[in-house]
Order: sequence, then structure tokens, then C-alpha cells
Amino acid sequence: MAEAFAKLKESFIFNFIEGARWKYITNGLLVTLKVTFFALLLGIAIGVVVAMIRSSYDQTKDEMQPGFGKTLMTGLNNLARLYLTVIRGTPVVVQLLIGYFVIFVSTTNTVFVASMVFGINSGAYITEIIRGGIMSIDPGQFEAGRSIGFNYIQTMRHIIIPQAFKNVLPSLANEFIALLKETAVCGYIGLMDLTKGGDVIRGRTFSAFMPLIAVALIYLLLVIFFSWLIGKLERRLRSSER
Amino acid sequence: MSAEIIISVKDLEKHFNAGAVHALNGVSVDIEKSEVLVVIGPSGSGKSTFLRCLNLLERPTGGSVVFEGTDITAPRVNINLYRRRMGMVFQHFNLFPHMTVLKNLTLGPTELLKKSQAEADKKAMQLLERVGLSDRADAYPSQLSGGQKQRIAIVRALCMEPDVMLFDEPTSALDPEMVGEVLDVMKELAKVGMTMVVVTHEMGFAREVADRVLFMDEGVIVEQGTPEEIFDHPQSERLQSFLSKVL
Ligand SMILES: Nc1ncnc2c1ncn2[C@@H]1O[C@H](COP(=O)(O)OP(=O)(O)O)[C@@H](O)[C@H]1O
Ligand SMILES: [Mg+2]
Repeated sequence: MAEAFAKLKESFIFNFIEGARWKYITNGLLVTLKVTFFALLLGIAIGVVVAMIRSSYDQTKDEMQPGFGKTLMTGLNNLARLYLTVIRGTPVVVQLLIGYFVIFVSTTNTVFVASMVFGINSGAYITEIIRGGIMSIDPGQFEAGRSIGFNYIQTMRHIIIPQAFKNVLPSLANEFIALLKETAVCGYIGLMDLTKGGDVIRGRTFSAFMPLIAVALIYLLLVIFFSWLIGKLERRLRSSER
Repeated sequence: MSAEIIISVKDLEKHFNAGAVHALNGVSVDIEKSEVLVVIGPSGSGKSTFLRCLNLLERPTGGSVVFEGTDITAPRVNINLYRRRMGMVFQHFNLFPHMTVLKNLTLGPTELLKKSQAEADKKAMQLLERVGLSDRADAYPSQLSGGQKQRIAIVRALCMEPDVMLFDEPTSALDPEMVGEVLDVMKELAKVGMTMVVVTHEMGFAREVADRVLFMDEGVIVEQGTPEEIFDHPQSERLQSFLSKVL
């Protein structure tokens, strides 16, 4: 027992302490968090806009009078649907490679490229989450807003979105956690994230167990921590309404 | 007496589901300033649809609605500007649950009428005082009783300083003991000269407050007149049979 423990300790020192190799882990963790954070922000921004386009089109298409407005809305709606189909119909790794080698060829900032790709990717899923949230709001809320004289956008902004946001918070949190794990493929474009950091150590020390288990543990702890944080936030939000 | 006409409805039609449902089949009526018009009729007769066509929550499929001289059913009319001047009260209150009572009342005035928050608060508090709810300004809707919610909903509409108030069965979702407090607020409004269109099953209210009663059935106005004419001397068989069921 003590012997096994001593072996583990030795392996730990060899993998992480010698040559300050722990820096691959901490720097990688920082990159993972950065990419996840920026991707989520971008994803929410895209999700809100695309969800508004999709649901406003669905809600008003029967009433719109022919003209520029209707043509614009129809075009935007078709564009939104194309976006959703393409993004959800292709693997995120492929999107990442296309982002790096085809679209953002002129930049070497891989954190930027990864944030963009994952943001655009999760935007498609967040669109559906927010659309579901908007549809879950009692239509009476919408009518009350419109009857006061708010236009569609104002009603969305002041009345529907704040309520929908509260409803979709658990799903958004799940998306954040999924995103955190999904970014592990960033190594495909040479980004030194947490996973890649662990893998680099494995390549240097030729020992797989310690660095990979450490990486897995860190992901696990992050997920547990964020789940806890989100649960707390949700309870706070719920109690503010009572 | 030639009173000022505030809403003029002409040959109003509303068909749903590509013509499969005829909710309104040619309704014409002129609503005068300060008039209290009560609309009665069996369920499904088109009362709500009629009311909702007045502020275009439902877009009519035929006919016109002229509000204060403007045909609001014409293309390129900015309906939002006219809705501000028509307050609407719903059966299910539709207060905004994520805002306090005061915020519910001041959102429209600050955002649309460009009032300062202080100015809007002042007006809202005055009106809350009048309906006896000034101590509930900081409550959330979920903390209120049904009767309180509906009084707040009325105040919310009044905060926009409308020229007309539209009520769609404002007491139908209330426990019986709360109906009175809401009707009292409406009577008060009628007394100060608010133009009101009220869809209701409260025949006592209609008799007491209405200047005119419309009886609708199957999407048309079957009969109209003073409360005495409608309730004491109904002409049509349909109205007689309706009244025998509800009175
Ligand atoms: N959004 C809608 N879609 C389809 N049919 C509707 C809709 N709203 C109302 N109707 C129909 O129109 C008719 C009149 O409804 P309504 O105006 O609500 O009647 P009332 O308020 O007198 O009970 C009913 O047959 C109802 O089923
Ligand atoms: Mg109705």
C-alpha cells in the first residue's frame, strides 16, 4: 500500500513538478475556460437574435403585408434556418478545422478562432433553447405588452425575454457544461487547452496514466463546481419572484 | 344630441383558419365618447374577437375600425401609437410576473410616453391610492389575490392615460367574493366619464352601468338598446332564450 503510494508520488513529481510541467495544465485550463466563456457569450448573443428572427417570423408571417419588411423577414428567416441546419448537421471538429484552415486563415490567434467556432456552433443549440423558452411564455403576456402599445421588439425585450431567460437558465447551464467538455477537441487546431496540455505531458514523460487522469479530474471538478454554482443562482432567481 | 364618436366600426368580419371559422360576420357600431357599452352573448358568439379587433390584437379580415378619425385597419398605420390610447383589461389579468406592481404600472409610461421614472411613479401611486392598493406597490403579482391583480391590471391600462378602456370578461376568472371590488373600480371609471367597452356576464353590472347593451350571437349584433330595452323587453327569440339561461 505504502509502496503504491510512493510510486504515485514519484510519478506525480516526474510528470508535473519536473521541468515545471504543471504549467501545461494550468495554462491549458485557462485557455479552456477562456474559449468556453467567450463561446458562450457569442452563442447567447447569436441565440437570442436568431431565436427572435425565427419566432417573430412564425408569429407574424400571416399578418405581414407584402413589401420590403416581409421580404426582409422571409430572407432572414431562411438564412436562420440554413444556419441551424448546417451547424447542427455537421460535426463540431469539422467546423473547427474549417474555421481554422478555411475561414480564419489569416489569423494565428487560435483562442479567437476556437471561440468563434464554438460560439457559432453553440449559438445554433442556444437558439433552440431560447425559442423553446419564448414559446413557453403565456401568449397573454405578449398580448398585454402589445395592448399597451409596445412593438414586437420592445415586447420581447421588456416582457418576454426576461421571463424566458429565467425559464431557460437550467438548459443554458447545461449548454455551458457541454461546451466546456466539447472544447477538448481544440487540440485539432493546435490550441494548447487543458486536454492538449495533458497530452503534451504524456508525450514528454511517456507516462499516460498520471497526466490524463489529472485532466479528467479537473474537468470533473469544474463540472461539479459550475453545476453547484448554477443551482445556487437558480434558487436565488426563483426566490426573487416570490 | 350629437355626441362625439370615438370608435366607428363598419362591417367588421373576422374569419379564422382560412375561412373555416366565421367569428364575426359584419358588425357595425359607433361608440360615443364617455359611453359605457356592454357586450353580452353566449360563449363563442364573437364577443372577444370583436373587442380584440378594436385594438387590432386580432386583425379583421374585412371591414374597418375608425378610431378618433383614423382608419386603423388601413395599411401602413402604426397601430402601436393607437393602442396606447386604448387600454385593455384581460380575463386572466396578464400582469408581468417578473416585475413589481409599480414597475408593471410604469413600464409603458416611461418607455413609450417618455415620462421620467419619478413622474410615472407619482401618477401610478395616485391611481393605486384610488383603487386602495397603494400599500402593494412593491409586491410581485404572485403575492396578490385575483381581485387585487385585476385592479392592478386596470390601473396599468389607466397609467397610459387612454381615451377608451376595453374589458374582456374582467371578472370571469375571479372567486365570487372578489368580483365586487373589481366592478366597483369599473363603476368608478364610468362615473368619471371614461369610454368603456365591456364584455361581461355580470348582468347586474350591465343593467346598472351600461348606457347601451349589445347582444351578440354567431358573429353578429342581434339586438341592441338601453339596459331596460334589452333586459325588460327583449325582442328576438335568441335574446329571450339567452336571458332565460343567465338571469
Ligand atoms: N385564434 C382563433 N383561432 C381559431 N378560431 C378562433 C380563434 N379565436 C376565436 N375563434 C373562434 O371564433 C369564435 C368566436 O370566439 P370568441 O370571440 O372568443 O367568442 P366569445 O368571446 O363570445 O366567447 C369561436 O367559434 C371561436 O372558437
Ligand atoms: Mg370571450
